[in-house]
Parts: sequence; structure tokens; C-alpha cells
Amino acid sequence: MIITSPSVNSLLNPQTLAADWPGGFWWHWVLFTIIVIAVVIVMVMGYIYMARRQIGRMQSRVGPNRTGPFGLLQPIADVLKVLLKEGITPTNVDKTVYWLAPIVGLFPVFSIFAVMPFTNGGMLANLNVGILYVVAISSISTVGMFMAGWSSSNKFSLISAMRVVAAVVSYEIPVLLSIAGVLLLSGSLSMNDIVLAQDIPFILLQPLGFIVFFIAGLAEISRSPFDLLEADSEIVAGFHIEYSGIKFALFYLVEYGEAFLLSCLISTLFLGGWRGPWLPEWMWFIAKGVLVWFVMVWLWATLPRVRIDQMMALAWKFLLPLALINLVVTAIQVLTLPEGSLWVMIPVNFVITAVLILLWSKNSKLGWGRVEV
Amino acid sequence: MKFERYGLGIAKGLSVTLKHMFRHPTVAQYPEQKLNTSRRIRGNELVWDRQKCTGCGTCAKTCPQGVIKIVTSTNRVNNRYEVEKYQVDTGYCIQCGLCVESCPYQTLFMGYAYERAKYRRGELVQNMEDMMLESGKKQPSGYFYPEIAQELPRQTLLVERITEEE
Repeated sequence: MIITSPSVNSLLNPQTLAADWPGGFWWHWVLFTIIVIAVVIVMVMGYIYMARRQIGRMQSRVGPNRTGPFGLLQPIADVLKVLLKEGITPTNVDKTVYWLAPIVGLFPVFSIFAVMPFTNGGMLANLNVGILYVVAISSISTVGMFMAGWSSSNKFSLISAMRVVAAVVSYEIPVLLSIAGVLLLSGSLSMNDIVLAQDIPFILLQPLGFIVFFIAGLAEISRSPFDLLEADSEIVAGFHIEYSGIKFALFYLVEYGEAFLLSCLISTLFLGGWRGPWLPEWMWFIAKGVLVWFVMVWLWATLPRVRIDQMMALAWKFLLPLALINLVVTAIQVLTLPEGSLWVMIPVNFVITAVLILLWSKNSKLGWGRVEV
Repeated sequence: MKFERYGLGIAKGLSVTLKHMFRHPTVAQYPEQKLNTSRRIRGNELVWDRQKCTGCGTCAKTCPQGVIKIVTSTNRVNNRYEVEKYQVDTGYCIQCGLCVESCPYQTLFMGYAYERAKYRRGELVQNMEDMMLESGKKQPSGYFYPEIAQELPRQTLLVERITEEE
């Protein structure tokens, strides 16, 4: 996949437009936008299939295996089924908000992939504030979820919506602080430059930052064990309880699109993005994303759901201080260590990570003031 | 210091799920793969030996659901009852097996078959012709008859398949 990078500069500067494209630059832009959206949708289908198969095997089942070879067409069958369903709008819903919510949820997920470097410079827009854009836009889909929960006039969906907001507001902070650690090392906000800076993958230089980002990211896209917003046993299906048919399909797409997004982000920020030997660059990128998704589904199949107070306590008492310390330590290391000797950080940071996690685990309390450990 | 509290517990859980991923699943793909049922299964049909049946009607009397219907006539030449009608409504049968246990001449057996789902309740009524042992189509289960159970195939247990592969 060859995607040249029409950056914001090229939008403003007509000399840099891809002149060999008939009709000029805009065709080019539209074509590659469609390609990126198609890639996202195909990958979401792949992720859904992989998650169902993997969870099946981890629960000693087989998983979907009837539709097509190895059940590969299962996501397509699901999509067809859900598209043919009747779209029911309950009487008491706030109609405008109810109809807008899936679109508000879906739009940011797709727009973030504009700055995702699938190959070296293979991105729709090489923004020099790439990661800032990602962080800013990704919060918008929370608004969509809150709109859905609020407008449904349903107690369960409202509880779920409040939980989404609480979780995202709390976990945004550790996410940002752990990203800041990466930015200190890379010295750039551009996603492509972050990958280019990773001669050593940042997971080795920033183990604590990686752990914090991974946990907080799981909470932010509300994947298990932080899937409180759709805790089936207490609030049925959460914010999309009143949605059916194509609107439900859009929320499903948002859910897995965000999972794809998080795995791509982790692969870009910590695992070296498209960098790797032998294979084509985009293949490395996808492979690392799939690896992250494997771990996420693995956790999903293993861990029980946390309570809401445990979730908040984890964000504010555990992840936030650790992320802050990580940021300060990284800043000191970047300032004091001479150029080219960043590898010294690897053992030091692993020791710091282990010590801090042990210390903070000792401090953390569960509900009712009961001290664990 | 208990390391379970520092993430070792999570690691143990993760290793369990990972192990499950690489072992044989504990399910069978039903219409294609069929497992051998228990040799003493109380299947949802009855098998009846016409030759040995004396038409005493003990089975019908024992049945708590009252679903066995038996009509006999007297055959004075052979000095025995002839069974005119023998019918079980398996839709009401609770598979208690009392009819089989009570039969004084060991002519009634639970069936080994379990795939007798029908679209209409009426189709569940099992007539005399469709429960004969002599027809050879009906396999009696080993319930209450250990000698029959001996000849039936051993029950397949998916647990064994998992432990073999581990």
C-alpha cells in the first residue's frame, strides 16, 4: 500500500500537489480517504472475528465456524443480519439526539485514522500535532455515547452513560501523561516522527508508561475488565440498550473501531509502528496491532469486571501518580543522559517500574477502607 | 509478602486461559460429530418385545403420567392375551423408567435413541409398530439391563480427549 502524504502544508501550497493525478489533488485525497476507511472497516471485521474465535478457544469452545471457511464470513453475516433488522425508536426518546448519537460516536473513530502512519509517511495527513489531534478527537466519541445514554430515556442507559463519562474523564489524565513521556523521548508530536524516533521501541524505554497507557487505554475504550458501561449483569447492554438495527451496528462499529484504534496507537507509540525487518511496513504495523488486540482479548477472556469505585480508585490513586512519576523520571533522564546513550534507561526504568508498582500496590485500598496486602 | 496481590494472581489466570486455547475444545460439532451417549441412557422412546409380552398391563399401571395405553384381547387357543394396541405418548413421558423396571417379563426397554424431535405433538405418539424390538431398527438402551449395556459402545467423554492431548 503506497499512500503519499498530502500534509496540511500541501493543502495550503499548490506547488506540492500531486500533479500527475488527473483532476488534481482532491481525487487523490478522496480516494485515499476511502481506502483508509475501508481498511478500518475490514480490520474491524477481522478484529471481531479474531475476538470471537479467541474467546471461544480460551473458554474451551470453538467460536464461529459455520459461515464460510473457518467461519471467516461471520462478521459479514452479523452485519447483514443487523442491517436487515427493524430500527425501533422508542416513544419517549429525544429524537434528534437519539438519531445523532451513533454518528457523533462514529465520526471521530474514522477521522483519527487520518494521522495513523500505516507505512513510513503513509498517512492521510502528516500533522505536526498528530498525537494531540488523536487525543482531542478521540474524546468526542464519548459525547456520542453520552448522547445515546441520555436521549434513550432509560435508567440503565443513563447509568451507563454516566459511567462512560466518569471513566473517560478519569482515565484521560494517565493516558495523556504517559503519552507525554513518549513525546519527551521522540521530541515531536507527529505520529510519523514518533515512529522514526524509535530506534529502540519505547516499550523498553518506557515500561511504566506502557503499562499505564495500556490499562488506561483499556478503560478509556471500555474494554474488559473495565467494561462497566455495558455490564450485562447489571445494566443489560448499557448506553445502546434502546438502539436496534443499523444504529446499533454503528455503535458496534465504534466499539471495535476504538479497539483497533487503541491497538494501532500502542503499536505506534510503544512498539515501533511500521518499523521492522523483512516484511513490508504496513504488514508490521498491522501485525503489531493484532498482537496488542490478542493481549486485550486475552485479558477480556480472563479477568472479571471491576467495580466502579475500584475503577476510579485505580485511575486516581494508582495510575495518575505513577504516570506523573514516570513523566518526571523520563524528563530527568532525557535532560541528563548524553545523546545516543538512551539504552541506559532500559534497565533503570524496568527497576523503577517494578519498585513503583510494588509500592503503590501496597498503598491501594479496596472498598470499605479495607487494606489489601 | 503475598505476590498474588502484586499481579501474580492475574498472571496465573492468564496462563490458565492461554492453556485452554491450545487444548482440545470441550464441545462437539453436533450434527457432524455425534458423541456416544451413556450406555444406560433413558432415551425418549420405548422399545418393546412383542414376543415375550403377556399383555399384563403392569407398565400402564405403573406409569405415573398414564401415557402407556394397552388394549388386549383373550386368545383362548393359546391361552394368552393378544396385544391389540400398545401406544406411548412420549410427549408426556418423563423418562422415569418405572415401566421398564416394573415389567415382570422383561419385555420393555428404554430406547437408546435421543433424536426424536418432531414438529407436532401428535407425531410424538409412539405406536406399536414403531417400538418393536423385532424390527431391528430400535436399539434398547442398557437402562435396567446390564447385559444390554455391556454390548453398547462406551460413552465418549470430552474430558478424556482433553487430558489425552495435554
